Amino acid sequence: MAIPKTRVGVDIGGTFTDVALAHPGGLSTCKVLTNYTQPEQAILDGITIAAEKAGIALAEIGQVIHGTTLVTNALIERRGARLAFITTEGFRDVIEMRSENRFEQYDLNLTLPVPLVSREDRFTLKERMGPNGEVLLPLDPVEVQTMVQRVLDGGYDAVAIGLMHSYANDAHEVQMAEALRAAVPDLSISISSVISPQMRELPRFNTVIANAYVQPQVADYLGRLVARLQEAGVSAPVFMLHSGGGLISVDVAAEQPVRLLESGPAGGAIFAADFARGHGLDSVLSFDMGGTTAKICLIEGAEPKTANTFEVARTYRFKKGSGMTVSTPVVEMVEIGAGGGSIASIDSLGRIQVGPRSAASEPGPACYGRGGTEPTVTDANLLLGRLDPENFAGGAIPLSPDASDKAVADRLAAKLDIGVSDAAFGVTEMVDENMANAARVHTVENGRDIEHFTMIGFGGGAPLHACRLCEKLGIRELIIPPGAGVGSAIGFLKAPFSYEATRGLFQRVESFDAEAVNAALKELEAEAAAFVNAGANGEATTTRLTAFMRYSGQGWEIPVPLPYKTFVDADRTQILEAFEAAYRTLFGRVIDGLGVEVTNWSLVVASVLPETTPVVRHDSGTVVTPLRTRQFYDAARRQAVDAVEVDRKDMTPGRAVDGPAIIVEAETTTIVTSAYRAVGQGDGSLRLTAKGDTQ
Amino acid sequence: MTPTAIDYQIMWNRLIAVVEEQATTLIRTAFSTSVREAGDLSAGLFDRQGRMMAQAVTGTPGHVNAMAESVTHFVREIGAQNIFEGDVFITNDPWLGTGHLHDITVVSPSFRNGQHIGFFACTAHVVDIGGRGFGPDGNEVYEEGLLIPIMKFAERGEVARDLIRLVRANVREPDQVVGDMYSLAACNEAGDRRLQAMMGEFGIDDLQGLSDFIIDSSRKATREAIAKVPNGTFRHSMQVDGYDVPVQMVVRLDVEGDHLRADFDGTSGMSRFGVNVPEVYTRAYACYGLKCAIAPQVPNNTGSLEPFEITAPEGCILAAKRPAPVSVRHVLGHLVPDVVLGALHQALPGTVPAEGASALWNIQISARPSDPDSGLPNREVLMFNSGGTGARPQFDGLSATAFPSGVSTMSVEATEHVGPITIWRKDLRAGSGGAGALRGGLGQIIEIEPREGYDFYFNAMFDRVENPARGRDGGSSGAPGRVELADGTPLRSKGRQQVKNGKRLKLSLPGGGGYGAPANRDRASVEDDLKTGLITPEQAKADYGYEG
Repeated sequence: MAIPKTRVGVDIGGTFTDVALAHPGGLSTCKVLTNYTQPEQAILDGITIAAEKAGIALAEIGQVIHGTTLVTNALIERRGARLAFITTEGFRDVIEMRSENRFEQYDLNLTLPVPLVSREDRFTLKERMGPNGEVLLPLDPVEVQTMVQRVLDGGYDAVAIGLMHSYANDAHEVQMAEALRAAVPDLSISISSVISPQMRELPRFNTVIANAYVQPQVADYLGRLVARLQEAGVSAPVFMLHSGGGLISVDVAAEQPVRLLESGPAGGAIFAADFARGHGLDSVLSFDMGGTTAKICLIEGAEPKTANTFEVARTYRFKKGSGMTVSTPVVEMVEIGAGGGSIASIDSLGRIQVGPRSAASEPGPACYGRGGTEPTVTDANLLLGRLDPENFAGGAIPLSPDASDKAVADRLAAKLDIGVSDAAFGVTEMVDENMANAARVHTVENGRDIEHFTMIGFGGGAPLHACRLCEKLGIRELIIPPGAGVGSAIGFLKAPFSYEATRGLFQRVESFDAEAVNAALKELEAEAAAFVNAGANGEATTTRLTAFMRYSGQGWEIPVPLPYKTFVDADRTQILEAFEAAYRTLFGRVIDGLGVEVTNWSLVVASVLPETTPVVRHDSGTVVTPLRTRQFYDAARRQAVDAVEVDRKDMTPGRAVDGPAIIVEAETTTIVTSAYRAVGQGDGSLRLTAKGDTQ
Repeated sequence: MTPTAIDYQIMWNRLIAVVEEQATTLIRTAFSTSVREAGDLSAGLFDRQGRMMAQAVTGTPGHVNAMAESVTHFVREIGAQNIFEGDVFITNDPWLGTGHLHDITVVSPSFRNGQHIGFFACTAHVVDIGGRGFGPDGNEVYEEGLLIPIMKFAERGEVARDLIRLVRANVREPDQVVGDMYSLAACNEAGDRRLQAMMGEFGIDDLQGLSDFIIDSSRKATREAIAKVPNGTFRHSMQVDGYDVPVQMVVRLDVEGDHLRADFDGTSGMSRFGVNVPEVYTRAYACYGLKCAIAPQVPNNTGSLEPFEITAPEGCILAAKRPAPVSVRHVLGHLVPDVVLGALHQALPGTVPAEGASALWNIQISARPSDPDSGLPNREVLMFNSGGTGARPQFDGLSATAFPSGVSTMSVEATEHVGPITIWRKDLRAGSGGAGALRGGLGQIIEIEPREGYDFYFNAMFDRVENPARGRDGGSSGAPGRVELADGTPLRSKGRQQVKNGKRLKLSLPGGGGYGAPANRDRASVEDDLKTGLITPEQAKADYGYEG
């Protein structure tokens, strides 16, 4: 099946619903306000506008690709099904006891997140599997029937089932689910051995519960969406972007909505990966900065880095540990509470702190003049000349420098007894430090050297901050793609069909059991291929195998890529070598004399993306004519500098401007610091390089 | 370029990222389960005089604050004239490091342009240090394993091979212990690389100005916070289980202006067993408890720790003298915040929590084949478990949550892959939270059975069995802990014991104390606790007068 020529990507975010329509004549995009009560209405409105702009009929659309923060928001806002959780006797409180630690060391008044299922709705069964799937305590059918009755009596909308070691043997979970299904055929039931068959009870239980919690509402929404699209004349199939960065059918998504958790941000990472591929860049750091948060992702070999667990719905200043750990395949992103709306304040030690509190879009930064009185990052950028008050959002929102001045003067400068511009500089430097530190730690955790990366910056705030971030990180090349305001929606159009199937199957490498592994992998492949073929019928696919491995006694596994093949016992040597190579990359050395083991296996089947034409890259170019000269504050030089202002439209391929420069467009502003120069590229992106490299 | 106040703020912020990176490097490369899984480590940057400038926020305040003192010992012992570029220093001396032999501290001097500018230091709990193994049964520190005095692990980049051989010959897991020594050194190097880059960026050649800025502003903020505590002398005492005889922990808190002193005079004498605490560790936890209540936002450094003057008379159980056994010093150490907060409560009513379970219920299980000839391997399993915390003036206590320690528990499924045990139960212990207007956090119940073909031994080091966590302002005590077999056979709460195949060990962890009179608990909360089964109908009636 060839990819249809006309396809539309739709990303529902917190404020805007973004639409990107690819058609034979090019790309048509639009943004409409998100409709909270009827999200599908905003989608229809957006698609209609984009189609009109492109001059095509809705019926010509061959594919709809959708991503949404609906699932994440439902978890954060606790809008989900009334849910029963069935688990093994003795483990009723796993989700409440969590890791038994405090995520904030010095706060005596710390409160922990409330579990999604209250204790009275958590029921236990007398049964028990052992770590290798052996039955330690059989499940009595009478017990099962009693449980069915309890669920019936409770009048629940949905049921999650999570039993100990069910990744190794799902028999009891299946037995319980079948009994429930027989009694209540239309009950929403999620079982952990299907939703997240991985070792470690807390993330697995969290995952199955999150799935069950949102399932009825997501299924309902997706059903309405498909029906409304059809009524409007869009009869094309609908696919969803999953958190792992690939597409699944709308039916799978309705069954396993937990796979949609990070689907919007994952679209941004794919957007960046597509530019990495076009520019032939192997090591890329994507940097997506909006109004409230910034997200950072490693992209190597044009593939966003993925993980099999992550934390959702953090309740305390984006702090690690304050959310809910779920295990589902995900594009790994670091999220920091840093955006244009982030509020700056002075702490008890007289230090400037920025975020994670945000003025968001209402009331917004002080300079919006909508009642905000606290200084934000946007206010600081305005005072430092990085934003033009007359030309913000294409002139749609006039900014008031006086309001910014007052907010920074009253709330920061007066308390520190320094000048307003010094205080504003302190704000942007602090927020840039926070983002740079997070990026640095993330690359270290992955055993990488950040200096060798290229940054790709998008989202409204990134072009303002990315160049300074590169200075701080020692990064010498920065790409600012076009269309950055609707990056995720465009990214959806670049995603492959893919499905990652995972399985907990414990193996000591020294006693590697090829037969058991082959049997499990065959099941994983069949499972993943079935999901992929539902969308990518007939397209070529690839299969990638990853084993999660560690030294015996270690607590955390590392992902180890292995060839996908039928293993024989003697392959233990090859597997060991692959582990050691991966370990060395991460930690710089290997350890003799320790056993090695595999805990989880992951298999990805993905459609092969069409070949891309390499972008014509320009290292230098003829200097573009500036609109005018104005000043901005160059942080590295600690002074205001005279900068040329140019229109992004004039930055055509091969046109260049030396920093200090300001490149303006309706959606955003790109700051080129004194140490960098910018050159327009063949694909419409800007390429910024450190001056020493290209002169 | 002369740095401005804003530059110093930015550099300070960066240093916190530098030490986080140092700690991350250690967590990712360490062998020790407790380091990786539980964050049982610390990492920090010190100036030339050994004053701590920044420190990573990790799982264990005991390490953190103890390490802050240790660098000055290194400077004194090694001598400033013997510090060379490429040197790495090491010790696990409980009295100069962080309180027991299992913690190895590594200090690396940092140089710039040939000038000594400061130190990176880090500490981690290693899997084994020889001797009897981790447990309280030794009667002298000599029985507890190998003591490495302050010495050079490497001189001018050359590793001391004799030291490595000596360590290898004295510990049960030489690869892992020596591997951890290298990990510690490597994490200091990682920190130094980032520090050097930062100094280049900001154009500074020494740390003096920055160190003064950080330490002075932290000291000032801490002193201002202390000055808000009313003046006076506040005394408090608490009895805890100890090993074989109860221990009285007694504290006197003197607050005068911006000065605060805590002294433990009157505290019981030393034990014959390894529950003794070196003074450095007592200071670390006392300071931690006080800091949480008085100046929680000030980052940890010498400036924020110094204003808390904490002493204990040498020879008491909280300032044990050499060669006292100190292996499980964490048990009483974790109880120290409860006693200092009890004193502080008199000065600052409505601020501090009631007493909690506080001491972790860590359990080291040694699974051994029931039939030695069966060919089955020996296996070691370590679990970290927490009881309930005390109720707070505005909030209930936290159930099954570590305080003052900040460590995490491990997954039961993962643990069952490590060793031949079945954990039949690990859930909340209904009714164990002390009654009060605000309820204490609940403890938990854990049941562990050896799998087929195995028995196991475990080292009990559990407190609050005889002396439960007391409530505050009319709140009731939390339930005391219990150690027994599931069939009801009682076991001891300290020392090595066996669980035979077919038997189950049952641990009932203590709950936290309540805050305020139970009669003042709002009805909705009592009903909610009843509905969720956190309290029993009998308790609802007896403790809260709730009839339904």
